Amino acid sequence: MKIQVLFFGSLTDHTRLSELIMDLVEDTNQLKQVIMQSYPGLKMAKFIIAVNKQMIQENTILKKGDIVALMPPFSGG
Amino acid sequence: MILPNFGNVAQAKLLAAKVCIIGMGGLGCPILQYLVAAGVGHIGIMDADTVSWSNLNRQLLYNEADIGKLKVEVAAAAMLKQNATIQIKTYPVALCKENALQIIEQYDLIIDGTDNFNAKYLMNDACMLLNKPWIYGAVSRYEGQLSVFNYLQQSNNNQSASPAINYRDLFPISPLPNEIASCEEAGVLGVLPGIIGTMQAAEAIKMITGLGKTLYSKLFTYHLLQATSYEMNIQKPANACIIDTGFFERTDYAYDCNTKTKAYTKDIIEDMDEKITEDEITEDDIEEISVDQFIQMQIDPNFYIVDVRERHEYPPINFAQIQIPMSELASNVHTLPNKTICFICHQGIRSVYAAKQLKVSRKGKVFSLKGGLTAYFKTRSI
Repeated sequence: MKIQVLFFGSLTDHTRLSELIMDLVEDTNQLKQVIMQSYPGLKMAKFIIAVNKQMIQENTILKKGDIVALMPPFSGG
Repeated sequence: MILPNFGNVAQAKLLAAKVCIIGMGGLGCPILQYLVAAGVGHIGIMDADTVSWSNLNRQLLYNEADIGKLKVEVAAAAMLKQNATIQIKTYPVALCKENALQIIEQYDLIIDGTDNFNAKYLMNDACMLLNKPWIYGAVSRYEGQLSVFNYLQQSNNNQSASPAINYRDLFPISPLPNEIASCEEAGVLGVLPGIIGTMQAAEAIKMITGLGKTLYSKLFTYHLLQATSYEMNIQKPANACIIDTGFFERTDYAYDCNTKTKAYTKDIIEDMDEKITEDEITEDDIEEISVDQFIQMQIDPNFYIVDVRERHEYPPINFAQIQIPMSELASNVHTLPNKTICFICHQGIRSVYAAKQLKVSRKGKVFSLKGGLTAYFKTRSI
């Protein structure tokens, strides 16, 4: 029972990886808690969350095989 | 033209189109080059900067002989050589609240070639007010992204009453300096803005001609090193920002490296730290000092320089007493000695924010090097 988490842009400064396979957690709130524990730098970071390529606005239940993306704003040009 | 579906009608639409490219850097150059080559009839280009040596790895409209010249002038001259029938209007200014509406109003489509959040938020809001679609683009090291905002025309059979998806549906307020390395020129592989800018040009051509589908309501991200892409559907939040004239007037877009602390918008300050209010921290408490003042003050043994750049940032310096990356400052602020503290960063944005953080727990003046190390090295190398 695994899920995949993708980290984009400056978030990888904190995680040092762009992809993570982890045990299924109940919902996106719990996911945030778990990954912020592993990567405390993410607490200061700004990002939006998408579950299976759909941006979410509120806590979302997760199921096995889900792909969760954490996307920070980009500004360079 | 022998491209299927791309006949005289599409070409005439391109010729009649009025497009404004804001920012003539790594994104703006390929956008302009492809739109000119495609035959877009009226193009506005805006950028206040001059060509510098460090631009040349990715801004292919400029060469060594152009260093020091206005980007818009060099770009316009090069493009007229390529296609003399098009009209190019140059704006050698930065997009600001005072000129945004007046300029954007004159175009059908706005394309983002900017490199900072202020400009992107200002462009977004001005386009929302004037009901103009715009094509967002941005890069961060090896990743780039783009989207199309405020483009309702494509679903024209049933005009929905809800406002179009825009940049503030993704990130309602501009990130703070410590939330994202906006102050740091994170560095970019030259070909990346070339790819993203070219994709922006492709979106523009589709929007003008009506061919195909666009990235409206999707955020497309490309990872150059991994050769992967990711596309997410943007969802409008239930409590989406309402961008009207009042909102535009209230919002201060001038928050950047060169503006003073007071230019922070009130909501940003509130968001920044609940403990800080505008009344507690006055401009007098945080002094942005010039490079000359900084160099003079360095002689004082009581002067304590704190480099708040992240550890990977370049170049390393030997004159800071300590480096505490912005991301670690909050938990280390109590370890700073009781000396005259001066924060420094790459361009002087994060250092102001660092000074604010310190002010929460400390009386007296806190200093920030105005313009950051960019200004410092500029002065020292002359």
